Amino acid sequence: MKEAVHIGGRPSPEPDLDELVGRVALGDEDAFASVYDAVAGSVLAVARAVLRDPAQSEEVAQEVLVEVWRTAPRYRPERGTAVNWILTLAHRRAVDRVRSVEAAAARDHRAALLARTPEFDEVSEQVEARLEREQVRRCLRTLTEIQRQAVTLAYYRGLTYSQVAEALTLPLGTAKTRLRDGLIRLRDCLGVTA
Amino acid sequence: MTTTADLHRLTGAYALHALSGDELVAFERHMAGCEPCAQEAAELSATAARLGLAVTVPPPDAMRARVLHRVSSVRQETPDGLTAVRTARAAVRARLLSRWTLAACLAAAATLGGTTVWQHQRAEDALRQARSAQSGTEAIAAVLASPDARTRTAALGGGATGTVVVSREQDKAVFLVSGMARPAAGKVYQLWFDDRGTMRSAGLMDSGRTEQAVLLRGAVDGASGMGVTVEPAGGSREPTSPPVAVLGFPA
Repeated sequence: MKEAVHIGGRPSPEPDLDELVGRVALGDEDAFASVYDAVAGSVLAVARAVLRDPAQSEEVAQEVLVEVWRTAPRYRPERGTAVNWILTLAHRRAVDRVRSVEAAAARDHRAALLARTPEFDEVSEQVEARLEREQVRRCLRTLTEIQRQAVTLAYYRGLTYSQVAEALTLPLGTAKTRLRDGLIRLRDCLGVTA
Repeated sequence: MTTTADLHRLTGAYALHALSGDELVAFERHMAGCEPCAQEAAELSATAARLGLAVTVPPPDAMRARVLHRVSSVRQETPDGLTAVRTARAAVRARLLSRWTLAACLAAAATLGGTTVWQHQRAEDALRQARSAQSGTEAIAAVLASPDARTRTAALGGGATGTVVVSREQDKAVFLVSGMARPAAGKVYQLWFDDRGTMRSAGLMDSGRTEQAVLLRGAVDGASGMGVTVEPAGGSREPTSPPVAVLGFPA
C-alpha cells in the first residue's frame, strides 16, 4: 500500500457493475438484468465486428451473456473489472467462432483477409456518440498507421497475428511487435491499469 | 523456433486473442513464470476490452427476453468451477438468504481471515462461526446484512484489495481488506472518515493481520469517504502522513 488510491473518481461506464456481478454470483436475476442492460450492446457489437453475420453474432452474444451468469461466481474483482472480464470473454468467444468457421471453409487467404480490413468508423456505425468511443478514437489516432491497422484487424476482425502479417504484408516478427507496441501506446493514452 | 525473447513480445497478440494453438500454450506456460509478462498481458487485455467497450449496437428486444429466460433455468458454477447442484426451491432460498449469507461469510472472514465473499456456499459453516463470534463481528455482520448496504471494492497498492460497505440506515461503515502489508514496527494503520476534506478518526486496524474486517468507529454522519494512514502506535488525533488508501463511499 504505497500510493493513495481514489476509487470514488475512477471513470467507469457503469460504476456499479462490479457490485452487480457480485450479486449475480449469488443468483440475483434482477442484478443480471441490470448487467445485461449495461453490456449487451457492446458484447453484441464485438461479436458482430468479428463475425459480420447478424444471426451468428447474436447467437454468440447470447452464449456469452449466459456464460456471464453461469460463471459469475468465479469472477474475481482483484483480477480486473467486471466490464473487462465480460468484454474479454465476448471477444474470446467471437474469435473462437470465426476461427472454427474459417477452418471449415479454409478461407484464410490474403484476398479474403484484405476484404475484411476494418475501419474503426465502419465497425462503430450505429454507435451512439459517447465519451468512451471518443476517447478510444482519439487514442487510436496516436498510433502509427501500421500499429492502428494491426491492432484493429486483430481486435475487430479477430485475425491471428500471422493473418495480420499476411494482410499487411509484414514479416511475422514485425506483426507481433506492432500488436504489442500499438496496444502499449493505446494503454498509455487511455491510462489503463490492471 | 520461438525463443524466450520472442515469447516476451507476444503479450500484445495474446491480449488480442491473436495467438493460435501451440504459441498460445507456449506463451501461457511462459507467463506463469514471468511476472512482468503476466502484468503486461493483464494491462493489454484491459486495453483491448476498451476497444470493445467503445463499440455498441442496440441489441434486439427479443434477445433480452431470450437471455433472461435462459438464465432462469441455467445453473451457476461454484467459485471452484463446479456446477452447483441446486433445485428451484433451493435457488429461491439461496436468493432470500444471499445477503445474510454474504454477511455471514464476511463475518467469518473477520474472525478467521482469508475467507472471501464468494464462498457463499460455505454458508452453514459461516453462519455457525458468525453466531459464536464476538460482538464486534456481530456489529460488522449487521452492517453487511443491512438491506441498504452498498459496497465499493478497489485494488489498493501493493496487491492489497479493499472493500468498503456502508449502510446509510445504520449510519455505519465496514472496511474489509486483504493482502495488506503489515505496518512497520511501532506503526499502525488508522482509519478516517472523510468529512468533505476533514479527516475524523474512525479507529485503528489490527496490525497483526493482512486480512481483516473492521467496523469504522463512530457514525458515518454524511462522510463522503474514508481513508487509511500510517500513524505511530496508539494512533493520532489527526493524520500525520498522506493516506495510503482513499475510498469514496458508494452513493
